[in-house]
Amino acid sequence: MATSLRCFLRSGKKAVLVAGRRGFQRSAPAGVQVTVRDALNQAMDEELERDERVFLMGEEVAQYDGAYKVSRGLWKKYGDKRVIDTPISEMGFAGIAVGSAMAGLRPICEFMTFNFSMQAIDQVINSAAKTYYMSAGLQAVPIVFRGPNGASAGVAAQHSQCFAAWYAHCPGLKVVSPWNSEDAKGLLKSAIRDDNPVVFLENELMYGVPFEMTEESQSKDFTVPIGKAKIERPGNHITLVSHSRFVGHCLDAAAVLAKEGIECEVINLRTIRPMDVESIEASVMKTNHLVTVEGGWPQFGVGAEICARIMEGPAFNYLDSPVTRVTGVDIPMPYAKTLEENSLPQVKDIIFSVKKTLNV
Amino acid sequence: MLTNISNVLRACVQRNGAAAVISVRSYADFTTQATFEIKKCDVHKLDEAPATEVVMTRDEGLQYYRIMQTMRRMELKADQLYKQKIIRGFCHLYDGQEACAVGIEASINLTDHLITAYRAHGYTYTRGGTVKEIMAELTGRRGGIAKGKGGSMHMYCKHFYGGNGIVGAQVPLGAGVALACKYHGKNELCVCLYGDGAANQGQIFETYNMAALWKLPVIFICENNRYGMGTSVERAAASTDYFKRGEFIPGLRVDGMDVLCVREATRFAADHCRSGKGPILMELQTYRYHGHSMSDPGVSYRTREEIQEVRSKSDPISLLKDRLLSNNMASVEELKEIDVEVRKEIEDAAQFATTDPEPPLEDLCNHLYHNDSPVEVRGTNPWAKLKSVS
Repeated sequence: MATSLRCFLRSGKKAVLVAGRRGFQRSAPAGVQVTVRDALNQAMDEELERDERVFLMGEEVAQYDGAYKVSRGLWKKYGDKRVIDTPISEMGFAGIAVGSAMAGLRPICEFMTFNFSMQAIDQVINSAAKTYYMSAGLQAVPIVFRGPNGASAGVAAQHSQCFAAWYAHCPGLKVVSPWNSEDAKGLLKSAIRDDNPVVFLENELMYGVPFEMTEESQSKDFTVPIGKAKIERPGNHITLVSHSRFVGHCLDAAAVLAKEGIECEVINLRTIRPMDVESIEASVMKTNHLVTVEGGWPQFGVGAEICARIMEGPAFNYLDSPVTRVTGVDIPMPYAKTLEENSLPQVKDIIFSVKKTLNV
Repeated sequence: MLTNISNVLRACVQRNGAAAVISVRSYADFTTQATFEIKKCDVHKLDEAPATEVVMTRDEGLQYYRIMQTMRRMELKADQLYKQKIIRGFCHLYDGQEACAVGIEASINLTDHLITAYRAHGYTYTRGGTVKEIMAELTGRRGGIAKGKGGSMHMYCKHFYGGNGIVGAQVPLGAGVALACKYHGKNELCVCLYGDGAANQGQIFETYNMAALWKLPVIFICENNRYGMGTSVERAAASTDYFKRGEFIPGLRVDGMDVLCVREATRFAADHCRSGKGPILMELQTYRYHGHSMSDPGVSYRTREEIQEVRSKSDPISLLKDRLLSNNMASVEELKEIDVEVRKEIEDAAQFATTDPEPPLEDLCNHLYHNDSPVEVRGTNPWAKLKSVS
């Protein structure tokens, strides 16, 4: 109860405490408020229950309830065999997780943040991503690597990097980046059920944010397909494409712009690899303008890839202006508050970019 | 310094009034130095061990007291500022472990080198950073030791290489600094610190191998405070004899709550390195009063009784204070006076840290490259062309 209360307080004004209790078969009313944290927790709980080969391993995931409390209650419910605390040995335990996947288990390997995955990246790429190919289909690696990605608040340069572009660069991996609770739950369940290595990029600042979840999304079999984007807001004048936290920023910008008569279509990528380019193209063919928004650095980033793909496809001929990328500033993340704020896209940057792109 | 203390004491007397019999103790009353029996170190692959009978002078005692008290108060002030949300992000406090930083510095020179992980405020201070610039870095202001751009985990000063956020990464770095020391041939060494949690990082074992192979002048120091974030040592390590984990590297296990133990062990280790024998490993058994960081209450994985017991029986500052007083090396008033001065220094620093302005926006993109011509940096959108100078 105390932890639920803490969760409630942390979620802020809009949070309605529903999802504090674990393991209940709820016949909850339609439209219930669930935080991203709880959605992820539910996804893991349900998948641990559904398939005994699924297990969770990472630092502080068991007895501490998770560094960010995402795995709260799971160790208590499933015990040492299914929820494993590791020493601080990323390269080692990532390798162990991959090995266990090769031998028939379905591990969820948590990195306390994806910054620490750099220590283990060889295992993710060389041991997980490439193996099915190298073995010509003999050896599958059904593993999920998950954890918070990208900037948080005041955690400085070594703890704020976005790894979407790094992982999405590699064939053999699937890379997923949820925004809201429905994304979080549905995509994590899909990722766990997927027989391939999936890099699941969460966002620490989103953990405490509540979203309304439909009745359908509370079913134990609810999944969101990997590789399909979602149109969060339809519009005619310009397409905004984003992933993770910045989808929210885009929607905020769209609300402001709507008052000026500019209707933005906001696309939530949901999956970075394989990217749903068709959805983006269909939208651009309708709106003729495209702005990409991401927290990561500009060079070789998600936006850069979208630009290239649009140019290579049918939507290019429908563009009335070049694609605009809104990205993080091309610097390591500073600590000081004002500098940090100015290192990431703000809603005003998106509004500015939309207007520039539309030449208004 | 001693005349100051006498003057201060005389001033105290005047303030308190002449009625009570307050003895003005002059310098001549105090013992100038005393010999102390300290705990024997456990050794690994060593024929000798650090001395167990050591001498401490009054001056040294007062100095260690002042520095430890400054570190203690600085960390407590940081706790306060964090709760007021003036310090943000990560903040890993060092209170309880002061004897380690002070004892180490007492046996090395400022020309030697030191690197540690993220629980680094204390070391930034002993290595030469001022309380003012440390606190201003915590609050993210332009007067901070890294101009506000690094924050708690990324403070640097001469021959101090941070402040490192990635667990264990500082260990190969430290060996690299030692390589440079050997290369330059100036008889300098590198003290390379890590925690019990980091001790299970693979890169540390790779470093042990190369440091031993190439006889690098590095003192590896494991600050074992019993918990790696929320995980106790028993749950993380197959062997908790951290001083033996270097296997072929000689090791010492030291009482990290006793500044004299740490000092003596460091002296021993420094001699070992400087005589060209290669690396040596010290495990300091210590304790942190705070949780892992300010986001960790620190009581879900250990009991309040345990914390209280360490505080009452093994507090490093109390231990030193008892030694000074019971050997007539200092007076209660004298130490109180130091406390008052320290408190004032911290208050002034906190005042500065909360009023100094943040770094200017013009500084956002600077310090990307060293000794390079200015570059243009892309801002959040293609029309934002920002400037970066070295």
